Amino acid sequence: MPVPERLEFFIDPNRCIGCNACVQACAECDTHRGYSMIQLDYIDREESTQTVPIICMHCDTPTCAEVCPADAIKRTGDGVVQSARKPRCIACNNCVLACPFGIPKMNSGMNLMMKCDLCYDRTSVGKKPMCASVCPSQALFYGTRAEVERLRPLSRPTNAFQFGAQRITTQVNMMVPVDAPVEHVDVTSAIFEPTVGLSDAGDDSLLSGLFMEEGGA
Amino acid sequence: MRFNPEVGSPGPDGLPNEEQPKWRRDFPIDWPRDEYVGRRDFAKFMVLTSLAFAVGQVWIVVQNFFRSRSGAAPIRAIARVSDLPVGGWRLFNYPQTDHHAILVRLAEDRFVAYDQQCTHLLCPVVAQPERGRLHCPCHNGNFDLETGRVLSGPPPRPLARIRLEIRGGVLYATGVEERAA
Repeated sequence: MPVPERLEFFIDPNRCIGCNACVQACAECDTHRGYSMIQLDYIDREESTQTVPIICMHCDTPTCAEVCPADAIKRTGDGVVQSARKPRCIACNNCVLACPFGIPKMNSGMNLMMKCDLCYDRTSVGKKPMCASVCPSQALFYGTRAEVERLRPLSRPTNAFQFGAQRITTQVNMMVPVDAPVEHVDVTSAIFEPTVGLSDAGDDSLLSGLFMEEGGA
Repeated sequence: MRFNPEVGSPGPDGLPNEEQPKWRRDFPIDWPRDEYVGRRDFAKFMVLTSLAFAVGQVWIVVQNFFRSRSGAAPIRAIARVSDLPVGGWRLFNYPQTDHHAILVRLAEDRFVAYDQQCTHLLCPVVAQPERGRLHCPCHNGNFDLETGRVLSGPPPRPLARIRLEIRGGVLYATGVEERAA
């Protein structure tokens, strides 16, 4: 029996059309029904309609798990960083503040951190995650590396990110132009929003959206 | 470099797992490493658990040794024979000082004593010597005055009887007889 090639997740922000299908599909999942674990961010809403979907990148050295004081965030043998274990999570928000990608969300109603676990109920049996199964432009793509190379000749995957002094390698790949001389994606400069005249605007933009509203279904 | 769950990822400082501090090695992020139990750890666990059980057995034996000496009801003077007229009754504390018991003089030389707690729901019973019974007013339970057996009502068992002894005109309580139904 042939061993199936390793399936990987590829995010291609170029192809994102901002349709919100992934957000809806994520909230349909029975393991966290009503709560979407995916973020659809506008890069610069004033200038363009370009959006980028962000799922958990499943870091090789997960910062969220490193800062968890309750040992609630674990990684399974296939490298998927799981959502917080409910009996252990103490809702301390460390992971929410520490994650370079802003993935974990505190559900203040349940006192539980919830985040993308790559649809572990689906991907662990070889199915696509919910978001990748609905994405009409395949900006969220789940498949083998050979497939993505064939389908995206103008892009190449990278999984290295720079967050300040911290270099992060991830299980999830980000597609960059094939001829771009980038070695890594600089997360810090991507999230930096210049503060125009407002001294505390930086704080607000960093902290906004960290919390899920209770009953946000 | 692909992820290897057996080795796990290096720490944030980039050092391999063997060089990480003990707290980080004790609480690995990766489930496979978290659930791994070494033979030495397993043997240590078994030995220490067995030792704890053995020590527990010794502790129980030691406790039993002392309990057999301290658990017996004391012998205590509770009243003078002349204190109580025939057909009279009074309360006393036995075997502990916060435990109420009831003493009844049935005849010139016949006394009975019972635990005052009704065997139904622990209400205090009162003596009614003229009707030959002990009465519990809570749920209308009645006990035979002579023997403590249930005459009527909800109590499931006879009252606990207190053994009495008369020595030189003084009544002594010498023990408690718990009785089944």
